[in-house]
Amino acid sequence: MTARLRLWGGFAVAAVLLFVVAPGALSDFRLNLLAKFLCLAMVAVGIGLAWGRGGMLTLGQGVFFGLGGYLMAMHLKLADAGPGGVPDFMLLYGDGTVPGWWEPFRDPVVTVVAILVVPTGLAALLGLAVFKRRVRGAYFAILSQALAAAFAILLIGQQKVTGGTNGLNGFKSFFGFTLADPLNKRMLYFIAAGVLLAMVAATRLLMRSRYGELLVAVRDQENRVRFLGYDPAGVKVVAYATAACFAAIGGALFTPIVGIISPADVGVVASIAFLVGVAIGGRATLLGPVLGAVAVSWAETSLSEQFPSFWTYFQGALFIGVVAFLPNGLATLGQVWRRRRAGPGIREDESGQPDDGTPRSAPEASLPADAPADALPGRTA
Amino acid sequence: MGPQRKAPPLTRPLLRALVVPAAATLALTLAACGARTADEPEADGTGSATGASASCVDTSGDSIKIGFLNSLSGTMAISEQTVRDSLDLAADEINAAGGVLGKQLDVVAEDGASEPTVFAEKAEKLISSDCVAAVFGGWTSSSRKAMLPVFEAKNSLLFYPVQYEGLEASKNIFYTGATTNQQIIPAMDYLKEQGKTKVFLVGSDYVFPRTANKEIVAYAKANGIDIVGEEYAPLGYTDFSTIVTKLKGSGADAVFNTLNGDSNVAFFKEYKNVGLAADTLPVVSVSIAEEEVGGIGVDNVEGQLTAWNYYQTVDSPANEKFVAAFKAKYGDDRVTSDPMEAAYTSLYLWKGMVEKAKSFDVAAIQDAAGGVSFEAPEGTVTVNGENHHIAKTALIGKIGPDGLIHTEWSSKEPIEPDPFLEGYDWAAGLS
Amino acid sequence: MDALVSQLFAGLSLGSVLLLAALGLALTFGQMGVINMAHGEFMMAGAYTAYVVQGIVADAGVSLLVSLVVGFLVGGLLGLLLEVTLISRMYRRPLDTLLVTFGVALVLQQAARDVFGAPNVDVRAPAWLSGAVQVLGVGVPKTRLFILALAAVCLAALALVLKLTPLGRRIRATVQNRDLAETSGISTRATDRLTFFVGSGVAGVAGVALTLLGSIGPTLGTNYIVDAFLVVVVGGIGQLKGAAIAALALGLLQASFEYSTTASIAKVLVFVVIVAFLQVRPQGLVSVRSRSLA
Repeated sequence: MTARLRLWGGFAVAAVLLFVVAPGALSDFRLNLLAKFLCLAMVAVGIGLAWGRGGMLTLGQGVFFGLGGYLMAMHLKLADAGPGGVPDFMLLYGDGTVPGWWEPFRDPVVTVVAILVVPTGLAALLGLAVFKRRVRGAYFAILSQALAAAFAILLIGQQKVTGGTNGLNGFKSFFGFTLADPLNKRMLYFIAAGVLLAMVAATRLLMRSRYGELLVAVRDQENRVRFLGYDPAGVKVVAYATAACFAAIGGALFTPIVGIISPADVGVVASIAFLVGVAIGGRATLLGPVLGAVAVSWAETSLSEQFPSFWTYFQGALFIGVVAFLPNGLATLGQVWRRRRAGPGIREDESGQPDDGTPRSAPEASLPADAPADALPGRTA
Repeated sequence: MGPQRKAPPLTRPLLRALVVPAAATLALTLAACGARTADEPEADGTGSATGASASCVDTSGDSIKIGFLNSLSGTMAISEQTVRDSLDLAADEINAAGGVLGKQLDVVAEDGASEPTVFAEKAEKLISSDCVAAVFGGWTSSSRKAMLPVFEAKNSLLFYPVQYEGLEASKNIFYTGATTNQQIIPAMDYLKEQGKTKVFLVGSDYVFPRTANKEIVAYAKANGIDIVGEEYAPLGYTDFSTIVTKLKGSGADAVFNTLNGDSNVAFFKEYKNVGLAADTLPVVSVSIAEEEVGGIGVDNVEGQLTAWNYYQTVDSPANEKFVAAFKAKYGDDRVTSDPMEAAYTSLYLWKGMVEKAKSFDVAAIQDAAGGVSFEAPEGTVTVNGENHHIAKTALIGKIGPDGLIHTEWSSKEPIEPDPFLEGYDWAAGLS
Repeated sequence: MDALVSQLFAGLSLGSVLLLAALGLALTFGQMGVINMAHGEFMMAGAYTAYVVQGIVADAGVSLLVSLVVGFLVGGLLGLLLEVTLISRMYRRPLDTLLVTFGVALVLQQAARDVFGAPNVDVRAPAWLSGAVQVLGVGVPKTRLFILALAAVCLAALALVLKLTPLGRRIRATVQNRDLAETSGISTRATDRLTFFVGSGVAGVAGVALTLLGSIGPTLGTNYIVDAFLVVVVGGIGQLKGAAIAALALGLLQASFEYSTTASIAKVLVFVVIVAFLQVRPQGLVSVRSRSLA
């Protein structure tokens, strides 16, 4: 039961840090930055699930992040324009009328539902199409990357309805609360922190469920799972769609917190950038992706201030060093260290690793997420 | 295909796993909101709430902080580094000459990383955390659009040094580059004067080319010029064979080019390779300055036209001094270009405004700005107090074999800025 | 009619550029399963090689030919270095090579920026490649014909090497059954290194060729890498033939979409077609039959 205790203890510490310490210690500006990092961490949690647990290297999370962000931005623009009003950029670049497919997003409820449903549904459809045909591994990664490239080009090309490279920005209010008021910015931070915690909790439950076991099994030996009578495509689609949903929520909150969403936030480079934190934190762990994403974003903001060119080297070196030499991320550093000390005879077993490349199994001992097998729900049922 | 039977035990725990966090999300979100909505009314004037909207600029010491915000990394670093160089030069000169209102300039430098989101974030940092009196920088339209709401919300000042697509006038931004009626319309006037009647438009697929071309189309309609083609290439696109094929088959007698960056190189190489030449089918470019000519290759663009308000070859004492100082600081092989000159000028214009207002206060500067003028390298420029742009002389130049651009035609006098093209009948439907 | 011929040619030309960019990948990704995101940066290195060589060899024509050879060596040696230091550790983790090589790509880009400066540099095309020739009544740029020929030569050379030489036999043996190859006395490590050297070398050659068409800057590679991977994915791994057909097909498709719509829409449409195509043939156009379940 110590694992469970550690888990809830960890949650309590995280909650105190996020809800008490950070708001007290940080200035409004820094707190808003942290809120932005938390949004990026939401994407990371989803990637951790799809990639770390499911072995699907998604290089296109920017698409879902962007969908969430743009859907939210459309509503905010329409809300600022008032009932029947036309968003400012459409007057500038378009013909001064609101296209029909924008209209439903005047309604806040429709918007929230769309943010939750559209990206998730799209991911499910895409996942079904791709995974049913057993496109996987590198093929899937490259396809998802192409998707991000196509999405960014499409957004840029449709300037009249998407704002083009400018993206959408200049929001004045968020569901009736004015964004200029620092107190409301704080409220947004609390929402982001709460949502992130909830996502981590949800992921933890998913990981520990029978489904979570199945997902890892599909990652490691897809064919064996198939022979056992399961449908691996279905299992993968759920993880992929969940990751898309998390990314979309992250994007939807990113928009009002940062005040802008643009194609630069959703393209190929942005999509790969989401992976950095996950890889560094520890892709198959529960908290690794979150901590990794926050740490990397923070480092980027502060390091690039002083040394812009150094930051690029540093980022490249991090990628190389962590992925090549510490494939399970910094979260497992302690474990690797312990193993080294335990004896030179024990080495990481590389030969039995799966064909689609992710490390065979999450590091069991170091993580609260991996409770002892007897604690798994459904195991005795 | 393996057997596709669904395993029954999968569903129940899965449902549980999804319902519980959903409930948790809701509860947590409500808790987070609830905690804030109680002290939501703005009357609850805590220190932090009032502190952010009021200026925190410190004018008590013998130095004053200003911010430079340019991309030093990413795709725009190529261009924006040159602007940063000339801003640094201007700051050095001003400090050597005794500063502004007796205070030395203390520059806080930031990297915009070629991303609008980063520009917005860094602008906020410069204003709220560093408490700078004014910010100088930005290049792409998207970076300016991203920063605009920040400067308006925080009521601070941005000096933006690049020619742009117009249709904007914020009281918190001073635009020291050209607006469309100081660059694009004079270029069209020039083509009309040369007897060109069939113009082909080629541009990168983003805000500036699309908006500029909208204006060109309206101009052409009113002036008896046919637009025989309008093509856009995605940013960074490097295969122009199809577009050049269309261009060649269009029967155009001039090309108006709003391509950005790398695409120019591929376009001009293709243009030359299919056998087109500047003397029969000239290309007017609005994004190629002295800096870019070297990268495209002088032999690929020699004889082509550009539209700007400044060239390194401009003959004036102020320019002689500027070019000499720039080369002394950064090396003899460096060139100066329009955005660099506009950035250099912007710092001096701010100095002029502060000295006229005798204050670093934003409102005082806004009041004093109208009519402030500066003997800039491009000639005398004057700030328009209404729309915060500056009056500039339009210059059409021809790229010479030396890689420099030489003035071919110039407007008779500085053109008053008209960002919304209110003074042009044909532009009535544009904004 | 003229428009049709010239569009056909534009498509072929675009296809040949894609093929040059993808040929090396067909070898390293297709044959070895390594996803090398730094492939584009090897192309960039090739392009900068042409720039440096031009500074030494004054005559543009000679310099181009010298650059092609030196570019091959530079790309190949960079690839060899990458293989020996990093990739050799990760053959069992192909997805991770993607991330590691992305890191390498970032570093190489920044290094190019620091060494050669951020602005683009220019490589002069030789006089005998400037201008156009008439083909079927349409003016066709000589540079594009040159690249078309170069792509064909590279393809033929690689195909011959794979088919006829001992090295080619070793490569094919290693790809088809690594363990059996090893027990047959083939040094698979040495084979891997050589394959990677050749594949990366072709990227260097592609980079030199690209100087004839576009800009030479630190981000040259990123413009091509996604397209190049798509070519290999559509072509199917394990065979050069697939990559060649896929490159030409995608080139023609892009050019014809672009002619009837715009370049942006064309790119999006091509992606859509690729996803749809992989629904029909997830293994790509040409695939090696194997007993594996994948």
